[in-house]
Amino acid sequence: MPTSRWLPYLLIAPASVFLAVFFAVPLVQTIVLSFDGGTAGFFGNYQRMLGDLNFNVSLRNTFMLVLTVVPLQMMLAIGMGLMLQKMQRGRDVVLWIWTIPLGVSDLAAGLVWLAILQNTGYLNTFLFHLGVIDGPTAWLNSETPVTLFIAVAVAEIWRSTAVVLVIIVAGLQLIPKEFGEAAEIFGASPWQKLTRVTLPMLKPSLQSALILRTVLAFEVFAAVYAIGGRNIPVLVGEAYVWQRDNQNYSVAAAYAVLIMVISLAATAVYLRLLREKPEARA
Amino acid sequence: MAKAQDLIFLSTQLRPIDEAQKVRDVILKGAPKTSYVVDEPSPFTVRMKAEVEANKHTISLVGALHGELQPLLPMGALEPIDDVAASLKDRGIPAGLMDLGKLGTGKQMYIPWMQATYVMVVNKKALPFLPAGADVNALTYQQLAEWGKTMNEKTGQRRLGFPAGPKGLFARFLQGNLYPSYTASMVTEFRSAEAETMWNDFKAVWAQSNPNSTSYDFMQEPLMAGEVLVAWDHIARVKDALQQAPNDYLVVAPPAGPKGRSYMPVIAGLAIAKGAPDRKGAAELIMHLTKPETQLITASEVGFFPVVNATLPANLSPGVKLLAEGVAKTQTAKDAVVALLPVGLGDKGGEFNKVYVDTFQRIVLRNEPVRATLDAQADVMRSIMAATKAPCWAPDKASEGACPVK
Repeated sequence: MPTSRWLPYLLIAPASVFLAVFFAVPLVQTIVLSFDGGTAGFFGNYQRMLGDLNFNVSLRNTFMLVLTVVPLQMMLAIGMGLMLQKMQRGRDVVLWIWTIPLGVSDLAAGLVWLAILQNTGYLNTFLFHLGVIDGPTAWLNSETPVTLFIAVAVAEIWRSTAVVLVIIVAGLQLIPKEFGEAAEIFGASPWQKLTRVTLPMLKPSLQSALILRTVLAFEVFAAVYAIGGRNIPVLVGEAYVWQRDNQNYSVAAAYAVLIMVISLAATAVYLRLLREKPEARA
Repeated sequence: MAKAQDLIFLSTQLRPIDEAQKVRDVILKGAPKTSYVVDEPSPFTVRMKAEVEANKHTISLVGALHGELQPLLPMGALEPIDDVAASLKDRGIPAGLMDLGKLGTGKQMYIPWMQATYVMVVNKKALPFLPAGADVNALTYQQLAEWGKTMNEKTGQRRLGFPAGPKGLFARFLQGNLYPSYTASMVTEFRSAEAETMWNDFKAVWAQSNPNSTSYDFMQEPLMAGEVLVAWDHIARVKDALQQAPNDYLVVAPPAGPKGRSYMPVIAGLAIAKGAPDRKGAAELIMHLTKPETQLITASEVGFFPVVNATLPANLSPGVKLLAEGVAKTQTAKDAVVALLPVGLGDKGGEFNKVYVDTFQRIVLRNEPVRATLDAQADVMRSIMAATKAPCWAPDKASEGACPVK
């Protein structure tokens, strides 16, 4: 019947049209805008972006955050996932508690950590009562870049490890128990079991989690903004400032395109590094 | 909710819920039926642009700062209102203010609505640390630095404060207070020898400023928390602290430099949107809002001061009274210099601010050499002036064509 041939296309049409209208069109517009340099020429906006005094700093901060946060999150999530697997009772409750940050918006998460870490925040109150500090101590300004960076990294890890955890837990559940049991029979140590059986079997989940988290980590903004304002510039933050404060949409678009290119490149790297060879699956 | 038949008054001012409610319940009492809608500056601009581009108009009256109305002109969102200007000639709005409302064109584009300025708020706890011989009402920048140093030594913390956070108005401090006080200029003398002295002096002030200053948006919060004892900010952004504890504070004029005590008046204006669904109603609303009675109510309710000739009543709340006195001290200081808000920059106002903030960031925060930084930033300033062809505004001397950067 002819309808059955067209049915799949018909069914994916709404999603495709939706994406085309609300994603592809603005994307093309952004790219066009970023090359609309007026008198400064085709690459004028990119030149202004590269020449800006905050560009290098924000690029460095963004990469440092991604390189710190994502590996730590992966390790934490794998550890948490494995522990969950071993739990006999109360597993759902623990999983539920661990995924609470998923329901918190990134700005709210930033504000929570701000309340903890600011001058008159909970951390300082606690340290003051312990006698470690003798008054409000600033951790989050431009003169304390290290603690500021740590604060942002901690907030990001708290906020978004749960995304990775959910993917890992789902992946772990797909691994048949027999593989682990077989490895044990052959005398594998727990470490060997983890590195030779569990992690390789988990590769597809790790790939999804890594891509998702890395792309999102390159877009880090709201939590950073809440905690550090512009004391710790990041790429998306700069795009926001160019758009909102400097009212130059073209340079903001150049930032947006740069972030997209970085995200795409990271995705390509992961897809290549973690590629499943077809014969390996046979 | 806004009813379709009501006139829509979109404003970037008086945004906090309690202030907006005062506008609706008190200030607009007796005016034509109006929906008062507020929006932040950036979405405000986008909305105005969208209405122009879609040619679908819902907004009749617009209330915003001078600098926010300016970018609406090139996008064709404003309606000339010479007729309205003519009908309120007897209100006594100073000619200089009315001229600002022409936005550099020959026609009246907005009517001044209310005004404010930037002041210094001093917690009385800081007074014992004043340098010998210094008058708190007539400080210099060197004395401010010295004062901060003593406070730091005596209290163990840096107690001066500036709103240099993401939403703070620090750029206005540099343009309106610091630069003209040292150079009698905002643009032309940007890289002068006087500017070099100024940055070196200001480094000493910053060294005594609370390191959280780069996170402060509204100085009332660190003032109320006691984190900062002496702060510079817009009067509307310190009002809560003054109203909460009027006896704890003084409001004084900002410090002076070798060329005087510069201050920047802030003007909010009322404009009619091009294609306004109810132009007549909007004009009536402007008449209502600029009536002396309404202007006085506005001052006592929200702390923005009249643009018309009206005497403030004696029964102002203590906080607003402090502000009114502070504004008066600032405007009538013997060595007062007026620095106007930038005129004619169109949508480059943001990038103009960026020049000052970037210069500050490089010289003060990153400790880059003053001379080289000023030269580099002067190039950026020159290109903005060339692109906008904006002639000089006070305190710079009038120019033929784009304001030069020496």
